[in-house]
Amino acid sequence: MSYIHIENAGKTFSENGVEFTSLANVNLDIEKGEFICLLGPSGCGKSTLLNAIAGFDLANHGSIKIDGKEVTAPSTKNVTIFQNYGLLPWRTVIKNVELGLEAKVKDKAARREQAVKYLKMVKLDNFANSFPRQLSGGMKQRVAIARALAVEPDIIFMDEPFGALDAITRMKLQDDILDICKNEKKTIIFVTHDIEEAVYLADRIVVMTPNPGTVKGIITVPLHHFRDRTSGDFLLVRDKIFDLLNMKIEETIEYTI
Amino acid sequence: MKKLASIRYVIVSILILIAIWQLAFTVSTYSPALFPSPFMALQALVEMIQDGTLIASIGASMYRFVIGYGLSVIIAVFLGLILGSLPKVFNYVNPTLQLLRPISPTAWMPFVVLLFGIGNLPAIVIIFISAFFPVLLSTVSAVNKIDDIYFRVSDNFGIKQPALMWKVILPAAFPQIANAIHLALGSAWIFLVAGEMVGAQSGLGYQIIDARNNIRADILLATIFVIGFIGLLLDFLIGLLEKRILRAWGGEN
Repeated sequence: MSYIHIENAGKTFSENGVEFTSLANVNLDIEKGEFICLLGPSGCGKSTLLNAIAGFDLANHGSIKIDGKEVTAPSTKNVTIFQNYGLLPWRTVIKNVELGLEAKVKDKAARREQAVKYLKMVKLDNFANSFPRQLSGGMKQRVAIARALAVEPDIIFMDEPFGALDAITRMKLQDDILDICKNEKKTIIFVTHDIEEAVYLADRIVVMTPNPGTVKGIITVPLHHFRDRTSGDFLLVRDKIFDLLNMKIEETIEYTI
Repeated sequence: MKKLASIRYVIVSILILIAIWQLAFTVSTYSPALFPSPFMALQALVEMIQDGTLIASIGASMYRFVIGYGLSVIIAVFLGLILGSLPKVFNYVNPTLQLLRPISPTAWMPFVVLLFGIGNLPAIVIIFISAFFPVLLSTVSAVNKIDDIYFRVSDNFGIKQPALMWKVILPAAFPQIANAIHLALGSAWIFLVAGEMVGAQSGLGYQIIDARNNIRADILLATIFVIGFIGLLLDFLIGLLEKRILRAWGGEN
């Protein structure tokens, strides 16, 4: 069985007695070390799926297994990076990076050393004693990445991590994250609604569509790091995704004619 | 420059107050023994400082204030953090709190005096009550307003109680708690005087009653201004402390 095994996973809410399906019949297998992008418009259930795998809001249909074990709660072995960073504003940058280590590493000096190592990796060691409010959005997200890496997780979940950043900062961080992945060999599940971002980053792209949230198709990206955003192959993969996402619109057009 | 300007505002503002007082004194037809001039009040103040009664009164009042207010804030914040984290328990406690909260602390005064007699305790109890409810309820609401993302992050990194309380909940809720502690200081100081007027034989509140009994309006007014001045000073000090903690915790400059 694959590393992450998702079988018929679904999630339904009931609001005022009306049942609402946010995610239906997701089947997905993810191997160790893969970079997976969950891509789709808002409401397609990509964040719901991510939260279900991460253990924050469990799926109530089907099963999600990581390493053969059913997901029942967030695990310290898998870290989530949020769009709004989730840094603790009352802690300095270095203390934020140490946060995840406090439950794991009892020795203070070892903790500091580990935190500094990862802060250097995201090139923020000069800002160790700054507070989050003194940093730009991109820097804050790099702190969050360092904090996630510091606990040496197996899986990193990223929920639209660059969604709040400007386009240029976003591209830089995409390169950074690819760099880090190459060195650290983590399994990454990355939620985004940005098609280029998905093509640029992912080994496989899970394209999702809303009402109800389902997997429309899975596209393997046959490109190697680093990718050229303007190359023909890059555009080809992008077109495939457009196809997948546009299918539904074409059907409705046929009806209107 | 900014500091100098603000000192100028303070001096001018107080001078205007004294001028109005002086004017009222000049035109009033009351006996100077009942309505003294600012200068007479100043003389009374000097007299109280010289014979040591002022220091003794301030000492007695501060002792009660520090114990009553300090205990109240510590217990209210502690309970507030716990009740805020246990919304189901709070649902059972809240109606009682809402029942007790609108009761003026002075309403408890006769009961407290009956129970404990005259002395330090009635004033301490009044101060305690006056600060307790606002700080408790603000702490609970501050805990409830904490952004869910902090709990997700803590959950993810395996931070559990009791570490969660002082690593995440207290600092996240602190700005709002500090605000409540600051406001409660003012009302606690107000009720200290009320408490000492009824339930004590010493302190600034008692000194006012004592001055009335001796028909020493000059001492009475001087004491009132001392109370105002100390209130201002306490407010300034707690503001300083609040700012320092907020800064240490990465809040605004």
